[in-house]
Amino acid sequence: MTEQRAAIGDAPAGEGSGPRQSETRQLEMKGVYKSFGGVRVLQDVDFHLGAGEVVGLLGDNGAGKSTLIKIITGYHQPDEGQLLFNGVEVNDLTVPRARELGVETVYQERALAEQQPLWRNIFVGRYISNRLGIMDVGEMRRITEQLMTEEMGFTSAVLTPDTTVTGLSGGERQGLAIVRALHFEAEMIILDEPTMGLSLKETEKLLKFVDGIRAKGKSAIFIDHNFFHVYSVADRIVVLDRGKVAADFPKSRYSLNELMDIMREIASTGLFEADRSLATPGEVDANVMHGVQS
Amino acid sequence: MTAATTPQPPPSTKEQAPRTPLAVFTTKWAGQMGITFAFILLWVAFLVLAPDTFGGDRIYKSFGQTMPQFGIIAMMLTMVIVAGDIDLSFPSVMGLGMVGFVWVWDATDIVLLGILAAIGVGAAAGLFNGLVITVVGLPSLVVTIGTQFLFRGLTLVLVGGSSFALATTRGDPAREVLVGKPFDIPMEFVWFLGITILAWVLLNRHRLGGNTYVIGDNAQTARLMGVPIRRTRIMLFVLTGMAAALAGMMLSLQVVNFYPNVGSGLLLPALAAVFVGGTSVFGGRGSVYGTFLGALMIGAIPAGIVASGLTDFWTQAIYGAIILIAISIHAVLQRRFQH
Repeated sequence: MTEQRAAIGDAPAGEGSGPRQSETRQLEMKGVYKSFGGVRVLQDVDFHLGAGEVVGLLGDNGAGKSTLIKIITGYHQPDEGQLLFNGVEVNDLTVPRARELGVETVYQERALAEQQPLWRNIFVGRYISNRLGIMDVGEMRRITEQLMTEEMGFTSAVLTPDTTVTGLSGGERQGLAIVRALHFEAEMIILDEPTMGLSLKETEKLLKFVDGIRAKGKSAIFIDHNFFHVYSVADRIVVLDRGKVAADFPKSRYSLNELMDIMREIASTGLFEADRSLATPGEVDANVMHGVQS
Repeated sequence: MTAATTPQPPPSTKEQAPRTPLAVFTTKWAGQMGITFAFILLWVAFLVLAPDTFGGDRIYKSFGQTMPQFGIIAMMLTMVIVAGDIDLSFPSVMGLGMVGFVWVWDATDIVLLGILAAIGVGAAAGLFNGLVITVVGLPSLVVTIGTQFLFRGLTLVLVGGSSFALATTRGDPAREVLVGKPFDIPMEFVWFLGITILAWVLLNRHRLGGNTYVIGDNAQTARLMGVPIRRTRIMLFVLTGMAAALAGMMLSLQVVNFYPNVGSGLLLPALAAVFVGGTSVFGGRGSVYGTFLGALMIGAIPAGIVASGLTDFWTQAIYGAIILIAISIHAVLQRRFQH
């Protein structure tokens, strides 16, 4: 599908920072396939992420977004295809290995252990411990306390590092998941539906926060149902549809309204034909018959 | 990332509330308070109902010998249950471990080697449980019901169903270390205390315990966060197998006889000790302290009932009542103080 990325000469530029064509590709996926029990979820997916780049990943339910990111985080292994980190191919990626490579993820399902204290949630899977495996609980509590006041903005006195997650609101839980991802010197942060369940104000803070990731020269993959959010923070937008990359373009090429048309077109046809003028809703209907059958 | 420039993610919306020392204390120890309260209540009741028995030291020495038989296993079982699993095969592992003891001791005449062999057999039995559960991917409840029969059956086949006299182990230093009575203190109880401390360190201060809590709390989270789930679960079954073998030896060496059905009455007391102690049957929550007091309570109930002047027939009914009361106190306190 990559040939459809053909440039449109004078497409209106969006607001915000322009795309950064970075020379170093922090992450690259080539021809990735993945099926679950005979159901093909990803099909010949090419994807890349440059240093300091924020890529917005769009797509309907079941488009394969979550599967794509779970391959990057080492949770799923691709059936076929290559995965390269900084140009080096990595085989049999596991979650701990991906973390070593600097991939941190804020999962849609938060990935918190609700009955456990905050400090255990921050350090889950990589407790500070000595060679015998004895943990330095005091140090982990201290860092958690510091993260809570300095990064999460938890000012409430009832919240301590020993508070369990059950006592947190949706926004606080999200804050915990994000701070956890950031604490460990991530090079690449994946945010899967991070605005889900957040209030308007919390969402605004979160989007500002994603801008901060780029400002620090780190890269991010931002997944959201709401493409207003994606549009406001992303440098480049990749659209998945039924397991395939349907479009991949710098955000600055299209206005928000055009992006909405593009999404509508992809939703009904599975294709985005960049070389013709943007579809109006009426035209889209006429194109349904050319849609990709899944 | 600790740089001060990081924009802050969504802020806390929690209202300010005073953080009094009492509030912090009750929140942190809510889980422990219930079992402590229940323990004191039971003990005072026995002191009032049977002052002659519970006022003296003889009964406690007796408890010191009998209670570790299931208490030691209950410690490791606590971790298995916190991880969201269960092990019902340990009574049979007590017997199978003793087969290892008898064989090696009989062949070498060295008690210490027999002890090590039994511990090794216990570890192997636990490994077998853990591998079947995690590699084949079956529920631990079902697998350990199966291995309970398998291990007991193996024990009976291997010794031909007959018991084995251990009288000649008397006086051996290795036996004294397990079931001796230096300064009139039963060594069984010393081991129980030691294993309690070991279990506390493993569950609260060791990576193994850290992973155990997360696996039992939310297996999906554990997978996403790269917790070594399989290795952790197998390790917990191995530890339980070793504890069962140790307890089986203590029981057999106390009575200087190995009966192939050794330990067959200890399944429910050990499980009761864990659950009375407040460990959640759903996993993710539990404490070694709770199991410790739970074991003391479960161990004291039969003698306490008889000493209080009731017939032995009452034992089971009161057992049940006390277990239900203890768990209820625990649940109510937990809801009241933990948010």
